[in-house]
Amino acid sequence: MDKLKEQILRTSGVNTLKCMRCGKCSGTCPSYDEMEYHPHQFVYMVEKGEIEPLMKSKSLYKCLSCFACVERCPRNVEPAKIVEAVRLMVIRQQGENHLTANDIPDLLDEDMPQQAIVSAFRKYSK
Amino acid sequence: MKVSYFPGCTLKNKAKDLDKYARLCALKLGVELEEIENWQCCGGAFSMGEDEIASKLSSVRALQYAKEKDQYLVSVCSACHNVLKQTNYQMQNNSDFAFKANNYLAFDNPYNGETKVIHYLELLRDVIGFDKIKENTVNPLKDKKIAAYYGCLLLRPSKVLAMDDAENPSIMEDFIKAIGATPVVYPYRNECCGGYATLEDKNLVNKKSGLVKNSAKNNGADLIITACPLCKYNLEKNNNTDIPVVYITELLAEALGLKEE
Repeated sequence: MDKLKEQILRTSGVNTLKCMRCGKCSGTCPSYDEMEYHPHQFVYMVEKGEIEPLMKSKSLYKCLSCFACVERCPRNVEPAKIVEAVRLMVIRQQGENHLTANDIPDLLDEDMPQQAIVSAFRKYSK
Repeated sequence: MKVSYFPGCTLKNKAKDLDKYARLCALKLGVELEEIENWQCCGGAFSMGEDEIASKLSSVRALQYAKEKDQYLVSVCSACHNVLKQTNYQMQNNSDFAFKANNYLAFDNPYNGETKVIHYLELLRDVIGFDKIKENTVNPLKDKKIAAYYGCLLLRPSKVLAMDDAENPSIMEDFIKAIGATPVVYPYRNECCGGYATLEDKNLVNKKSGLVKNSAKNNGADLIITACPLCKYNLEKNNNTDIPVVYITELLAEALGLKEE
């Protein structure tokens, strides 16, 4: 098996073969309109080993970790875990952080809760 | 009784009212929120990677602290609660993760998911009881129509969070009834506000928060309540719909006569 695919399956713990391509994950995704690849595409592209286009896509940073796809998948595939595993594959590489501490001051306003900053760091950076 | 309390980073800063009134109201209802010594930030969002260990250790430390005190672990912030609860679930159900976390932390007694993690709303419902809140309500909010905003983190994934029915929840509506107000049920109450994308994609967040506010207002609500500082921020930054957003604990304090003007 392709090394990238093997690592993503291990990190996510997802069995992509359980997917029956009903599309409910994408149908319920709050970021659907912003994504180039949608949650169901993440699942079947990983299954087919087409991982590099996913790693290059901005869609990785549109997932809100809201768990709607995880909750509503009728086959318990948990697509968000695949998206997270692909994102981790990217940001675990040296120099590939999507957000750095230097970016933060310009993104703040006086009401911004600390929670927004720590959550974004957890999702976008290593 | 006493419970172990994990306030989290935001309740010490931008969401001080959420924290202050949580403590005051609990005390009035017979529960002391005992802050965990030297707690560390939960990280705000749960890392779903099965091989992510380090990012979950601060939660395991808090869980172990509560276990040693033989107390519930309570938080008010939806994000802290979600991270603590999901980490606890991994400690119970993923032996590889639990083995590595315990190896690193080297507690005198290994931690294996023994602590019961509950949200403040569950403390009110299951430990204190909504009847007791009703008895202690001195300012029933009779004329208020209130929309409960659950968002994502209180309910999902439901097999882990196990607080309520993830698609048709009632805990916040029952809370609203206990303080004498009228709950408004609306379609977007458990849909995402846009969350942490607020840092870099205001447009996305504005759309998502707008849907929630419109849905609440169009169904007749005067007020939205939430337990999550980031939900509150995102909803308030959306200017398209004029409806106030307040924390659950502020509303409870008002009903119990503890709100400072």
